[in-house]
Amino acid sequence: MNAIGHTAPLPATSISSRRVRRYLVPIAASVLIVLFGFAVLDWISFEYAYLATYTILQYVVLATAWNILGGYAGYVNFGVAGFFALGVYTCVFNYKTLQLPLPVIIMVAGLIAGIVGLGMGYLTLRLRGVFFSIATLAFAIVLNTVFNNWRFVGGARGVPVLRPDAPLFFGTYPRYLFGLILFLAIAAVLIARAIEYSWLGRGLAAIRDDEIAAECSGVPALRLKLIAATISGGLIGMAGAPFPYFITYVDPASAFNLTIAVNTVAMPVIGGMTSWVGPVIGAVLLGTLQQVTTVTISSALSLMLVGILLVTFVALAPRGIIGLIKSLQRQSP
Amino acid sequence: MSQELLFNALITGLFLGGFYAAVSVGITIAFGMLDIVNIAHPAFIMLGAFIAFYLNSNFGIDPLVASLIAILPAFIGGRLFYKIYYYAFERHGEESLQGLAFFFGILFIVEVGLLLVFGVDYRFVEANYIRKTIDLGYISLPLRLVIPMIAGLTIVAAIHLFTSRSFLGRAILAVSQDPGALRIVGGNPVRVKEIAFGLSIATAVVAGALLIIIQPVEPSLGREYIGRVFAICVLGGMTSLSGTVVASFVVGIAEALTTTFGGPSWAPAVAFGLLILTLIVRPEGIFGR
Amino acid sequence: MKQISLVILRTLAAFACIFISESLYAQQAPIRIGFGMALSGGLAAGGKAALLTYQIWQEEINARGGLLGRKIDLVYYDDQSNPATVPGIYSKLLDIDKVDLVTSGYATGPIVAAMPVVIAHKKTFLAFFALDANGQFKYDRYFTMQPSGPDPAVAQAIGFFNLAKNITPKPQTIAIVGADAEFGQVAMSGARQLAKREDFNFKIVYDQSYPPNTVDFTSIVRSIKVLNPDLVYIASYPPDTAGMLRAIYEVGLSAKLLGGGMVGLQFAALKQQFGYQLNNIVDYDYYAPEPTMKFPGIDSVLEKYRTRAAAAGVDVLGLYIPPYAYAEMQILEQTVTAVGGFDDAKMADYLHKTVFKTVVGNIKFGPYGEWDPGRELTVQYQNIKGNDVQQFKESGKQVILDPPELKSGNLIVPFTPTKQ
Repeated sequence: MNAIGHTAPLPATSISSRRVRRYLVPIAASVLIVLFGFAVLDWISFEYAYLATYTILQYVVLATAWNILGGYAGYVNFGVAGFFALGVYTCVFNYKTLQLPLPVIIMVAGLIAGIVGLGMGYLTLRLRGVFFSIATLAFAIVLNTVFNNWRFVGGARGVPVLRPDAPLFFGTYPRYLFGLILFLAIAAVLIARAIEYSWLGRGLAAIRDDEIAAECSGVPALRLKLIAATISGGLIGMAGAPFPYFITYVDPASAFNLTIAVNTVAMPVIGGMTSWVGPVIGAVLLGTLQQVTTVTISSALSLMLVGILLVTFVALAPRGIIGLIKSLQRQSP
Repeated sequence: MSQELLFNALITGLFLGGFYAAVSVGITIAFGMLDIVNIAHPAFIMLGAFIAFYLNSNFGIDPLVASLIAILPAFIGGRLFYKIYYYAFERHGEESLQGLAFFFGILFIVEVGLLLVFGVDYRFVEANYIRKTIDLGYISLPLRLVIPMIAGLTIVAAIHLFTSRSFLGRAILAVSQDPGALRIVGGNPVRVKEIAFGLSIATAVVAGALLIIIQPVEPSLGREYIGRVFAICVLGGMTSLSGTVVASFVVGIAEALTTTFGGPSWAPAVAFGLLILTLIVRPEGIFGR
Repeated sequence: MKQISLVILRTLAAFACIFISESLYAQQAPIRIGFGMALSGGLAAGGKAALLTYQIWQEEINARGGLLGRKIDLVYYDDQSNPATVPGIYSKLLDIDKVDLVTSGYATGPIVAAMPVVIAHKKTFLAFFALDANGQFKYDRYFTMQPSGPDPAVAQAIGFFNLAKNITPKPQTIAIVGADAEFGQVAMSGARQLAKREDFNFKIVYDQSYPPNTVDFTSIVRSIKVLNPDLVYIASYPPDTAGMLRAIYEVGLSAKLLGGGMVGLQFAALKQQFGYQLNNIVDYDYYAPEPTMKFPGIDSVLEKYRTRAAAAGVDVLGLYIPPYAYAEMQILEQTVTAVGGFDDAKMADYLHKTVFKTVVGNIKFGPYGEWDPGRELTVQYQNIKGNDVQQFKESGKQVILDPPELKSGNLIVPFTPTKQ
């Protein structure tokens, strides 16, 4: 620092090396993950593995997306099922009418869910945090009732969904689904990471700590919250779009699944809500645990496990696993 | 529009409303007065329903009697629960987010627990008044609706008496307005809150026993009640008991009319829709300050 | 000397053969048949009865040496009567448990939900009772034990309508009500088609579905009652059948003909719960202990089943599921034996072209797996006294009114909910 207090301009090489770290590293890492993922699963050559990993990656998307509003901004969205179902039913509607390819539908679902997120946010984000959460839950159930009554997409009766042939490059359909959700998961994480390190992330953190103080310091709280709600909702909707092809039978009960709602909240809580790493850790750990217990013991017990873990972590380790690691680091010399 | 249908729908709505009052008074206490977002309240209602079922099917105990038996354990359990909640959250001042997630988890654990123990089948109780109906012309009054309504309003009346006449009751009202002032007059806010929360859970369990008189139950039924109880609490103005009663009737009648004229498939949306509407248009509710 | 040594040699050889075949038999991997089944939830009454019947058959066949010399193993999971669990169950059966054969669960909802997985794996699928499950898929390796015949939706309701047509004076109006679930919707569409057909020509005054988890039917029944229809066609699953009947008695709904598609009345539990309240209800059925339906072998199956049913806590009468479940396994056994293995294409081929002799008579499958011809019954409950369930074992309580060749009594009109 020179005498007046300005920092000296950084030499040119440092700026570009910062850029390398900020953009190239995550992209390179993503490519490596994709190659690695396919390599491992192809080597195991066990069809079910694609489907098992699909669920875990789906939760990575859901947990990361939820955390944008829930962890960064502190607004707990219990209406995850509603946004997820929007994606699911966009796909079902397409299955019964236009039959556009799945990647297109994912984009459309994201758009629809994002718009709904914006709308819902506009109506409810002015409410105190608690009322917002209750309103999101109400919104999900109202949506559930609407879909229950919409005969064309199956209503309560449900719709069986036949998988089409996979695009040539991918071989079998489960492999294709795996590829799609892997891509979505990486995209979600990159987006969350970008938000976290940007002005948006800092603004949301300020809102989380003390909304009134943040507004007094000039943070446009409502606008930032709306952006977060839109992105969060949109990503959750995108995660829902491939679901009908994954599960091959859709009814409102399975689209508005309470398991998905609880998991999406539990995973960031357990992993840690302040950073993009937390939801990923939570999703991978909890998701894998559930896959294993579902196949070996029973699905009901695995659900019980999620509930117990959520309650335990919320009560005892509210900063999640990241928090536990950080406190351990602080303790060690 | 048929008069017979309309009148029967209104009557059904009134009966349901009386019952809903019992269901929601606990949330008025917990959420309205104590600021505890007990989103797991419906889970305790289901717990009460299944306790009544268990006692009825194994020992032949009438569900009303079962509900009385369950009051004390529920009250004690509720106090214990509050103690845990207080030490984990309120002491640190981090109520909202963590508390919500906590109760969400509890809701889930109770539902899955009931599923593991009782399975997905619908359970019902046997009592000699359940199949009986009083017929007045073309209006029929099924006893399975009349009795829970009477019981429900009795519960609310009892709580009203308690909060307006006894020191403890008035302390509960006070603690929601000004804990500091309460300390000055000799009350212990934490203990008062503990008792209030115990009361809240006790009403939930009793309401559950009433629920299983009205209809067969299965574990995931609680979800429908999340919206109802919060809708009624918010519509009624959060802290007002009379507001809760009025709002219960409003919701009950709205649901009955929707079921009869719009179809049963739209009924779940009524309470939640009213909730959203209230939150957006008039968050203070009908009787709110 | 030579004689004795020959005898000894032959005896030793015989022992050797027995020993080798026993150890071969013991060492050969069992044949695994996988399925999801409703062991809890609204369909459990049927699911548990089906499972018990399969187990009875399994013990019989294992006792006489197994199928193709291998023991039969049943691998099953509870689908909780919830179609949403079914795809996961069948993926697990086929991809993880790697079963040799798959059969279905019980009832239309869970069976339709299994179809996409089964089709993706190209398996031959011997399915149990399902109303037109293959209508939307047209899968050529699907076969059902439901005796509806081609055009199942119409076959389901046509008995009811044939009876209605012959009532004098001719009924004018009909109310159609059912669950918003696979079975209910298909059955209602069949009823709708028939009501509009020229030879029936009934005016539909009420046509509504209710959500599958409805428990309180009083407002629905009241809405029907104010319209005063001549005919009431109901397409419901066991929990809603019970709820609907309770409401019908609570509100007091009468009609010339009431019933048609009420699943659940075929089970002992509901027969016992409602007893005399079933009098004059017309419903579908697949078997009744009437003199016109004495098939070879059916009595021994019923007896075997009944001795185990009470202890197992399942349907004590066994009139609905066990005969057809047993026949299903007979067909499976005959097919696998004829084909000599589990090749799906060969099995499907054999299933299409063979007339099977079973404990429920001769069965021939049409191109998409439905029976050809069909044999759906329309029965009326008559002369039921009190709530004793044993009376249903006698003839004369479930009188067959349609088809004419199996008719065993006459229609009684109207249905009125009387207190006893």
